Amino acid sequence: MDLHEVQSHLHEWLQEAAVAFQKVPGSAVLIRYVRSSYQNDPVRSAIELVLFIFFIRYLLSPSYSTSKQNYVKFTEAEIDELVEEWTPEPLVAAPTAQAEADLEKVPVIVGPTGPKSRLANGKTVTNLASYNFYNFNANEQIKEKAIQTLRVYGVGPCGPPNFYATQDVHMKLEADIASYLGTEGCIIYAHAFSTITSVIPTFCKRGDIIVADRGVNYSIRRGIEVSRSTIKWYNHNDLEDLERVMRKIVQEQAGKKLTRRFIVTEGLFEMTGDMNDLPKLLELKEKYKFRIILDESSSFGVLGRTGRGLTEAQNVDPTQVDMIVGSLAGPLCAGGGFCAGSRAMVEHQRITSTAYTFSAALPAMLAVTASESLNLLQSNPEILQQCRENIRLMRAQLDPRSDWVTCTSAPENPVMILVLKPEVVKARRLSIEDQERLLQECVDEALANGVLITKLKCAPVSNHTSIKDGVWTVTPALKVCVSSGLSKKDVEKAGVTIRHAVTKVMTRKTNNKLNLPAA
Amino acid sequence: MPQSEKAGERRPSQSKGNRLAGFFSSKSKEQQAASALQTSQLHQTPSPLVPGPSPPLPTISLSAATTGELQSDEAPTTLFEPPSADEARSQERRDAEFGPLLSRSHLYVSAHKGGSLDPPIEDEPPYYYVLTTYLSYLFLIFFGHAKDFFAKRFGAKKNYQTFTASNGFAPLCDDFDSFYIRRLKMRLDDCFARPTTGVPGRYVTLIDRKSENYNRSYKFTGTYTQTLNVSSYNYLGFAQSEGPCADAVEECVRKYGLSFASPRLDSGTSDLVQEVEREVAQFVGKPAAMVFSMGFVTNSGTFPALVSKGCLILSDELNHASIRVGARLSGAVIRSFKHNNMADLEEKLREAISQGQPRTHRPWKKILVAVEGLYSMEGTLVDLPGILALKKKYKFFLYVDEAHSIGALGPRGRGVCDYFGIDPAEVDILMGTLTKSFGANGGYVAAEKHIIDGLRMTNAAMLLGESPTPSVLMQILAALRVITGEMAPGQGEERLQRLAFNSRYLRLGLKRLGFIVYGHDDSPIIPILLYNPGKMSAFSHEMLKRKISVVIVGYPATPLITSRVRLCISAAHNKEDMDRILTACDEIGDILQLKFSTGIAGGQEPLPEGVTADTEKEWRRANGLEGVVKPPRWRLEDVIARGVQDTKEPLR
Repeated sequence: MDLHEVQSHLHEWLQEAAVAFQKVPGSAVLIRYVRSSYQNDPVRSAIELVLFIFFIRYLLSPSYSTSKQNYVKFTEAEIDELVEEWTPEPLVAAPTAQAEADLEKVPVIVGPTGPKSRLANGKTVTNLASYNFYNFNANEQIKEKAIQTLRVYGVGPCGPPNFYATQDVHMKLEADIASYLGTEGCIIYAHAFSTITSVIPTFCKRGDIIVADRGVNYSIRRGIEVSRSTIKWYNHNDLEDLERVMRKIVQEQAGKKLTRRFIVTEGLFEMTGDMNDLPKLLELKEKYKFRIILDESSSFGVLGRTGRGLTEAQNVDPTQVDMIVGSLAGPLCAGGGFCAGSRAMVEHQRITSTAYTFSAALPAMLAVTASESLNLLQSNPEILQQCRENIRLMRAQLDPRSDWVTCTSAPENPVMILVLKPEVVKARRLSIEDQERLLQECVDEALANGVLITKLKCAPVSNHTSIKDGVWTVTPALKVCVSSGLSKKDVEKAGVTIRHAVTKVMTRKTNNKLNLPAA
Repeated sequence: MPQSEKAGERRPSQSKGNRLAGFFSSKSKEQQAASALQTSQLHQTPSPLVPGPSPPLPTISLSAATTGELQSDEAPTTLFEPPSADEARSQERRDAEFGPLLSRSHLYVSAHKGGSLDPPIEDEPPYYYVLTTYLSYLFLIFFGHAKDFFAKRFGAKKNYQTFTASNGFAPLCDDFDSFYIRRLKMRLDDCFARPTTGVPGRYVTLIDRKSENYNRSYKFTGTYTQTLNVSSYNYLGFAQSEGPCADAVEECVRKYGLSFASPRLDSGTSDLVQEVEREVAQFVGKPAAMVFSMGFVTNSGTFPALVSKGCLILSDELNHASIRVGARLSGAVIRSFKHNNMADLEEKLREAISQGQPRTHRPWKKILVAVEGLYSMEGTLVDLPGILALKKKYKFFLYVDEAHSIGALGPRGRGVCDYFGIDPAEVDILMGTLTKSFGANGGYVAAEKHIIDGLRMTNAAMLLGESPTPSVLMQILAALRVITGEMAPGQGEERLQRLAFNSRYLRLGLKRLGFIVYGHDDSPIIPILLYNPGKMSAFSHEMLKRKISVVIVGYPATPLITSRVRLCISAAHNKEDMDRILTACDEIGDILQLKFSTGIAGGQEPLPEGVTADTEKEWRRANGLEGVVKPPRWRLEDVIARGVQDTKEPLR
């Protein structure tokens, strides 16, 4: 009786469930599928069911990361103990005696910088250490303009360019540079040193290929490092080697998806002072379909008849160079940097370049200063001639006459990089440290005689692995920056002083003895 | 009475003549009040103070004319001299850069009340808005791709040049990567990078432009619009073309010229830069400091000099791009922790120290925790007390980026340490920018002397980057001296207190009107949440119609759905400006349906008479109001009427 009731109830309930199930859209399909797959074989259906359950379980299981495979489980107490034990290294290692001595020797200028500068010790010296090649720093006309700007715009623009800090003076400066260079567009950055560091990763992404000169400056290296592109190096200023590298890349990439390829190099090299062969570079670029990012930080405002840089000096159409990056902080005595090229390229940077979007704009005063300096260069190219005359005079005093040093800079470069002659280094078996020390002594000796020059500074070597193969040991060198603000007599006198200082240091008994081979 | 109050003579004042005239007949007390009012206006008159005593007299004009001439003789009556047109114009210009303070009661000292910092409550909008926001993006993406599809095949070639391979060159940028910029940002592009001219002070002058091709290019209309500026990082109002700072800068340019034209270690180190470094160090309370010519490079150059391979950087997830670039350059392992979440930070620290370096399990050489003092998109403050408690236990090094907080926070404007009353020695590295509160440019790093000396020789920006220019250095120096009171005594303090008051007043007002506002109460950055992407440009345009310039921020600077408008408050604003913003927001909030806060984040009705914050709980229990949160929808008049008084209480 009871059993019957239960049975009939169950039957009813099952009927209801079946009706409800049939009402669900798609249920017929499911039933048909189960029927057709059953095929009088319950084992087969059972396996399918197991697979189905496994599938659901797999879907619902939490994802685990492959990186944690190495994870060691600790109890809270053990972690506490490990925390207790752990002692970090000091944040900054105590500076070495050498570094401390170097820091003390950093010259401190009192008052304005100029061809003759007063130092903190009260001495007035001939300043051959600043990029003030045309002495625009003392130009009353530019100063007056800057002050007028101050009285209209204040100092800081108080915000990034994309938020209400694009001022009319910035737009004017961009137009000025573009028309000066002859490019379609231009974008202003607030800091010259970080301009190219930001431009490179804006265009070069993971998977893209960069071919760079081994001798490029630190800003470029940093840019390459941030970009995470594939990087290939070619020997310094060796365009045949460049062609070899490019050919190899094109061969390797044949048949693969087309990637962006870039050549990154400098107009005048900051670390060696020599010049690039742009026409040849352009020929190669067109042949192998690369784009060029040319850093003209050291050559903008320096090379060419009116200072337009490498393109003017070597009669190249600037629109052929994809990106020209330059500095406004050096001889122009303003601040900031720029990147000039096609309009599309410039507009792309306005939104995606980190140093542009995430940094405050250039102060209006400096933008106006740059515009004025460019104007001066353009209207008075004789300023450049005067500077070149001084370079010639200085060079005549140093390069052929000195027995100890040789100049690696291009003849038009106001920054003369003087390295010890290879035969001297070889004969005396000078290590890099020895050279650094000797050159520092030369700097000190010259300063004692009233001429301020400096040693070439190289930035700390990067620890990024892919950069490591590109590390190119910078040869220690003296840096002599010529200015048009000095009279011929002054230049020659300074040149003689430097030459004598080098000779004196190199012939010092202690220096001789120390490095003579123990024979 | 500060010296400055005695000092001013022949200083034109604006439009307070009528109010002052009422004090004329009465004596002593009212005279005092009037003189306070008058002298408070002198504070923001940003010109060098003329030394020499003169009795603090009421300034009286006999008519209700706009400007009264100040007389300093003892005579009870004063002759009215109408201001010359020039004077009126220059006063107007001055006020456009730095607004006059309307009442001494519009000041507030910002300081933390002790204890650890509570995270601000983040309100959430009704689901309707979340849903429509996602739908909006879906629509935008769908239409964007559809447009791309047709434009690539039938559209003008030149618009697609950059995205297509031509002549064997790969496209300059991927069209997929730039999809967001072309199809979403382009629609609101006219709200960004609006060109300006003149000083970005209390007002900023926009150069009007219009676009006839959907923001692809702009044409200048040849007109200018002066707008109220709540977009610039001008916290202390030092963006001025007149006053003690500008005068000092002018003199400095005449003396030093324009540039040092050399990296610091070549011949770019001057007596001026050394002085600035000394003063900055003293200001932030560290033994040594160094300054850079750009804020971005300060971060991106310093991290590589501090940490390297084998070190760990634990970085707040909302840290600025410059920290991320610097961290990436350093070669250290980078991990991030949830924004301002101490529990998450502790968990990450425990895991890092116990597990050691990945794969090798060697102990980390050092762990550097990088945080910002004030987060520029959220308006939140770092929980410094919380972090320092962890620091004691876990022995990590702490790097605080005070880009926005230096000058803007603390009773003496010295940043987060000052705000929380913490000894700066407890933080290892204090970094900050000089762009924002100081109206200059560049950044600084301050730390122990041996750290700074070490960094000087290893920081690439120091070795090879350009040194700051004399004009910028002098602006820093002058602004610093004004804040500390060395120059124009009283002015710096007043600037700090005005900023604190303005920030709290506006924040409270917006909450009461019913907006969802993020951030801590004392922060001068006030983000109003908009959610729907379409409301970004609408809000910006409506504000521009009312002559107020604001910054809108959306994805990718914020999470996808929390698009916002960001108001940056300045000491150059006064209460009138705040009320103008409130009025504008009230109207726009109604038009755009932005008043949807639930009230959990503040904006509650004031407590009835006799009930204090301490007894609120009991009162609520007694009246059955426990857990009842009424969505705040105040009327504008009530907000303004109660604003000044309630701003000085803990905000509720």
